[in-house]
Amino acid sequence: MPPLSWYLYVSAALFALGLFGMMTRRNSIAMLMSIELMLNAANINLVAFSAYLRGHTMVGQMFALFVIALAAAEAAIGLAIVINIYRTVKHIDADEINLMKW
Amino acid sequence: MEITGYNVAFIAIAAMTVTSAIFVVTLPNILRSALFLMFTFIGVAGLYVLANAEILAAMQLLIYVGAITVLILFAIVLTQQLMGARITQTSRNIVLGGVAAIAVFAFIATTFVSHFSKGSDMIAAQPAVPTSDPLLMIAKMLIQPYVLPFELASFILLVAMVGAIVIAKEDKD
Amino acid sequence: MSLAWLIPVIPLLMFAVIVFLGHKLKDKSAYLSIAAIAASFLVSVAVAYDWFIIHHGHGTAEFLIPWAPVGTDVIRMGFAVDSLTVMMLFVVTIVSMMVQIFSIGYMHGDERYPRFFAFLSLFTAAMLSLVIANTLLLMYISWELVGLTSYLLIGFWFQKPEAMRAAKKAFLVTRVGDVGFFLGLLLLYLNTGTVELSGIFAKVEEMALHPVSVPYLGAIAAVILGIFAYGFAGAILKGIKRVPVAIFIGLAVFALAWFLIPHGAVKLTLASIAALLIFWGAVGKSAQFPLHVWLPDAMQGPTPVSALIHAATMVAAGVYLVARMYPVFHADMTALNIVAVVGAFTAVFAATMGIVMNDIKQVLAYSTISQLGYMMMGLGVGGYTAGMFHLMTHAYFKANLFLGSGSVIHGTGTQDMREMGGLRKKMPWTFLTFIIATLALIGFPLTAGFYSKDEILLSAYYWHGGKWIFYAGVLGAFMTAFYMTRLVAMTFFGQPKDPKIHAHESGKVMLIPLFVLATLSILAGYVGTPWKNIIGQYVTFGHGGHHAFSLSVMLAGTLAGFLGIGLASLIWIWPVIRIASLAPALGWVQTLVANKWYMDDIYDIIVIRPLMITARAMFAVDRYLIDLTVNAVAWITMKLSNAWALFDKYVVDGLVNLVAETTKVGGRVLRYVQTGVVQQYAFILVICLLLMSWFFIYR
Repeated sequence: MPPLSWYLYVSAALFALGLFGMMTRRNSIAMLMSIELMLNAANINLVAFSAYLRGHTMVGQMFALFVIALAAAEAAIGLAIVINIYRTVKHIDADEINLMKW
Repeated sequence: MEITGYNVAFIAIAAMTVTSAIFVVTLPNILRSALFLMFTFIGVAGLYVLANAEILAAMQLLIYVGAITVLILFAIVLTQQLMGARITQTSRNIVLGGVAAIAVFAFIATTFVSHFSKGSDMIAAQPAVPTSDPLLMIAKMLIQPYVLPFELASFILLVAMVGAIVIAKEDKD
Repeated sequence: MSLAWLIPVIPLLMFAVIVFLGHKLKDKSAYLSIAAIAASFLVSVAVAYDWFIIHHGHGTAEFLIPWAPVGTDVIRMGFAVDSLTVMMLFVVTIVSMMVQIFSIGYMHGDERYPRFFAFLSLFTAAMLSLVIANTLLLMYISWELVGLTSYLLIGFWFQKPEAMRAAKKAFLVTRVGDVGFFLGLLLLYLNTGTVELSGIFAKVEEMALHPVSVPYLGAIAAVILGIFAYGFAGAILKGIKRVPVAIFIGLAVFALAWFLIPHGAVKLTLASIAALLIFWGAVGKSAQFPLHVWLPDAMQGPTPVSALIHAATMVAAGVYLVARMYPVFHADMTALNIVAVVGAFTAVFAATMGIVMNDIKQVLAYSTISQLGYMMMGLGVGGYTAGMFHLMTHAYFKANLFLGSGSVIHGTGTQDMREMGGLRKKMPWTFLTFIIATLALIGFPLTAGFYSKDEILLSAYYWHGGKWIFYAGVLGAFMTAFYMTRLVAMTFFGQPKDPKIHAHESGKVMLIPLFVLATLSILAGYVGTPWKNIIGQYVTFGHGGHHAFSLSVMLAGTLAGFLGIGLASLIWIWPVIRIASLAPALGWVQTLVANKWYMDDIYDIIVIRPLMITARAMFAVDRYLIDLTVNAVAWITMKLSNAWALFDKYVVDGLVNLVAETTKVGGRVLRYVQTGVVQQYAFILVICLLLMSWFFIYR
């Protein structure tokens, strides 16, 4: 079995990449995808700790399950918003959408 | 590092996941990004399996790959009229992003790993052998200790569903 | 006798009273003033009685009070009474009283009538203080005060510019003399350690033992010669009258001879220098050559003023000073010789000018100068008694002459003798008193002047330096008779030359003083006759040195007088000799003398012009210096304000700008916190999160 630290490395890498993507991408949907990536990284972390922790109780897996559910809800809402924005300004360039209120 | 089957499998799946993730965040074509996102999800699921969390792996595949990826693809299709590949150019925040990403990775890698590699007595060297019926255990935990989060999660999903419909609806007044 | 201090104080108080209350009292102020002087006269009588009867007229009574501390010393002031003092007291009080009574009539109607009497009182107070002082300092103070009142009274009619000029001239010229007096005072004080006369006299013999070395003399002579040469050059360059030039040369030669030729009489010691300095003060006050120029001009003042001050008392102060300081003069005979020479010269010099003057008061003024020369001459040749005797008699008859001329002026309205004539019939009483006084002045036998002039001639005859001063005195007597007869002839005899003048006799109040003084002009002489010389017993110096009576001297003087009267009568009363025929030959003499031997012009060149040039130069320097300073200050202020402006611009404004810039830069920096770009918010979130985690892990 791989040691815990490997899982943590992967998790960290995925999280960093997700962060990078979220901050860099101009397409709003790409930003949302990066957010999903970060959530997945967190999930990996949770699951890894759940497996390696003494007193194995599957708490981590429960936690990860709820994260998945929430991620789904959040993706739905987010994409709905993106579609709404698209209808308003006819594009979804995150750099151009910087007006809080018109 | 021993060369066991697990380790090799882990390295392979991890490599695939991370590479896919890299492609997700860098490809200018958004459809290809979405595709590689799907691959990332699959890779993550594989990692779950290696960590004795088969139920979760299944859930992952069902929800993430099955639903969320499709959702994203739908959204891409619906918002692509005027876009094409132009939109996914490099943002001006690339420096910021790079700095943040590297900082985070470095931080986690150094602090967490060093902390936890020193033989903490809470960490076992190997993951525990799974118990008899993981599904049953998950079901039991959902009903008893974690019933409140369970109900709340379902409530949130309901709200999200209604909200998404409301937000995405076309205004026909 | 200890009340003698009252004598000057009473008139002084009356002066203050009249000054403050004069405009309320108007005419009554005259009576107050006369009452004051009468009171002084009575006190003088009491003092004299005390002196002669109780103290037998010998010695000196002194009273001193401490006045000012000087270091460890104390200067004391006070008064002393001796025979000289008593004599002077009588002279001053009597003449002052007569003049003030006369002024009631003469100054009647003048709008500053009370002020006139106030000044007269002040003068009398100062003069009386002068004669009873026994310290040089108090004498100097009174001396100055007398000079001040002289200025005030000469310029009494100050609306007349000539009067003001005359007053200024009098004050300035006497001031030149006063400097000498003060220097002499200082010299005496430094060498004897005291200003009290008794102290000075005790130590003056030592001062006679300190000769003053020649280099200083040579330096002084060089300075005087230089002044003359400067005046000479100025005269040549300006191209003005040649006569003053000639006079210059003469004076220069004279000065040269006097100082360079070894002369037994020219050895100088400290005592003689002090004496000569004090004599210089007397020269100024008593109008001797060369400081005589102010007295003729002083006739611009009212005639009573001329009578009191410039005939009888103030000008006599110089003679009195010499007499009082006689021990200092006597310590070194050089000083006395110089006094005699100056006096003799002045006597003759002034008489020449009296002959040609046409203003009645001018003639009397030159006569006064001449007679004062006589007095100095008398003192100089050793005739202490003679000089003072003549002072007393001269005061009475000269005051009489002046008041008489005042009566004539009041009656005719003019001062020019060429317009008068025949007043003998119209103003008989004035004529009578005038004739008596004239005879006294000439020295006609049996008048007071006869005896006093005779004493002087006697002393001059027996002088150790030769007979030439005696001859000068005789010549002066002749000339005196000549010009006085001319005056009387032109004024009182002949026909009235100006028909418009309607002369009338003066009122009683003006005639009474004339009578009193005329009487005194006769009687005053009898204290000093050759047969019973009362005055010679008391007013004397040292061991008396009384000369034996000499008939030839008396005859010589009397003969000179008769000759003068005769010659003048022949010219003016019974016109036998025609003056006009002599004019072509001697006209230049007339011009020379009538222009006062060009003395005024000489003074103008050697004193006034250089002073004016220097004053103008100083003014220019002053103006440029001040302009320079003002401009410099302005320039500095401008430079400073420029610098300040720079400071203001860069520092103050800079500070203000700094604040603004800080805000701007701060804003610019802080603006990035809220850009609206979500990714940047995320970045900050992540960084802070990392930092917090780092904190929590490693703390």
